[in-house]
Amino acid sequence: MEVLDLVLFEPVRGILDAPLFFVEVLIGGLMSGVMYALVALGFVLIFKASGVFNFAQGSMVLFAALFFVGFMDAGVPMWLAFLLTLAVMVVLAFAVERMVLRPLVNQPAITLFMATIGITFFLDGLGQAIWGSDVRRLDVGIPEDPIIVADIFINQFDLFAAVICGTLVAVLALFFQYTPTGRALRAVADDHQAAMSVGIPLSTVWTIVWVVAGIVGLVAGIMWGAKLGVQFNLSLIALKALPALILGGLTSVPGAIVGGLVIGAGEKVAEVFWGEVLGGAIEDWFAYVLAMVFLLIRPEGLFGEKIIERV
Amino acid sequence: MSTVEQRSAAVARRREIGEVVLAVENVELRFGGVTALADVSFDVRRGEIRAIIGPNGAGKSSMLNVINGFYQPQQGTIVWKGRRLRRMRPHFAAKSGIARTFQNIALFRGMTTLDNIMTGRILKMRASLLEQAVYFGRARREELEHRAFVEKIIDFLEIQHIRTTPVGKLPYGLQKRVELARALAMEPELLLLDEPMAGMNLEEKEDMVRFILDVNEEFGTTVILIEHDMGVVMDISDRVVVLDHGRLLADGTPDEVSRDPRVIEAYLGVVHD
Repeated sequence: MEVLDLVLFEPVRGILDAPLFFVEVLIGGLMSGVMYALVALGFVLIFKASGVFNFAQGSMVLFAALFFVGFMDAGVPMWLAFLLTLAVMVVLAFAVERMVLRPLVNQPAITLFMATIGITFFLDGLGQAIWGSDVRRLDVGIPEDPIIVADIFINQFDLFAAVICGTLVAVLALFFQYTPTGRALRAVADDHQAAMSVGIPLSTVWTIVWVVAGIVGLVAGIMWGAKLGVQFNLSLIALKALPALILGGLTSVPGAIVGGLVIGAGEKVAEVFWGEVLGGAIEDWFAYVLAMVFLLIRPEGLFGEKIIERV
Repeated sequence: MSTVEQRSAAVARRREIGEVVLAVENVELRFGGVTALADVSFDVRRGEIRAIIGPNGAGKSSMLNVINGFYQPQQGTIVWKGRRLRRMRPHFAAKSGIARTFQNIALFRGMTTLDNIMTGRILKMRASLLEQAVYFGRARREELEHRAFVEKIIDFLEIQHIRTTPVGKLPYGLQKRVELARALAMEPELLLLDEPMAGMNLEEKEDMVRFILDVNEEFGTTVILIEHDMGVVMDISDRVVVLDHGRLLADGTPDEVSRDPRVIEAYLGVVHD
């Protein structure tokens, strides 16, 4: 009983005792959640349009960040470094479509998945071969000191990052919902054959989603890079995006966003209020345990399509 | 519409039928060791309603898939609007005026009726990705023009009431109609219909027959139709191709074909609904 009380009710009392502090933790968690959501979004875009689970998404984050910080260190102004890296990501998308996806068209999903593992090694290797493997500091000029709103401390950097990521997510959502190209992407995601019958070229669509995933990776790379430094660990950020995906459902853009937010907020709250009881470092495993629970009770995620397979 | 009216409509239409617009010549299609189509040749004239019939597994859907480029035949050629093609490509087929529907409905299930039909206009849009992204000038004008065109099709097929419904939620008969609408949005010269009336009740069938005849008459669209309902086939088609086990069994007017002893033999004792 005592243990139960300690695990279940003591932390809740802690929250009730200090509601402002709880809100502060929650906001901090949600803001890092937006950054998870951004990486998760890259996965969802490619998975929806081509049925490929892109294992290389994390490496694309690192790859983009390496180029961006490399250009910056070489004295290129930030806007130009951004555009140059963007160009690199566009070239990468074309290359992936031409050299990996097109020859493997109509192959089983697992083959394409394996191919993206290959892309992962290629990107990790190439990025570090060109720019080296030292940890690089990335300063994009976002102030780091906290601001105080209604007695709540908010980390300014997190706020900036959240606003930028949120804007990108909103722009992408609008693009997908309201433009003809967005409509074509959704069409391909729903039914390849029908999309081909109205003349939508699959290869163009795949190139576009890889470009978009590259842009998403670039923004995520800059944000995470500025927060943690540009280093190999960045490619592992993708691992944190996986629980967000499982939570939200692999095929849902809103799901990726909500999944990211839940993971971000959940792990921060768990760490701060349950950390003492459970021995700390909850942040490191919370996301995965949550994902596992979801896999047991709702494997298609919060927003994903229920997949019914006939045997 | 009564059978008599349909017959007289077919007779009236026959005067509009023009030159050969599509010809398949000696097409052979194999999947591994299985021959789906063997040495099949026939032609289709402009403005015609051309039926393809045959028992299950005769190769009817495969034939449509060859015509719009989903399948690449091992042998044979396709002559489409005077161009002799070794193989058709889906993108080229769509661009050059071939639209189709599918035996098992292939709609974009997550999208609304309107969005589904709008995808049929995709090849007619010229605005660049960047213009679309900012939704400015040409992109905006284009979207409105195409929207107006699509609304006409929606009126034509009498599906105004489901304009904003996600198609996954629609009953079967209406889904088939949305699929036809999407094909019509492409303003096709040749419309490939794969069992457009399968699984429909009598009323839905009558509606669909009326729509097909209207499309053919009002827009002069050439139609290739796969259908199991012999009554419908005999009433509305100008000429009929009969396939059996991937081979061409007979080719001629409905009357000729229905009198052909080989056709009678292939169908004898076989019930088709």
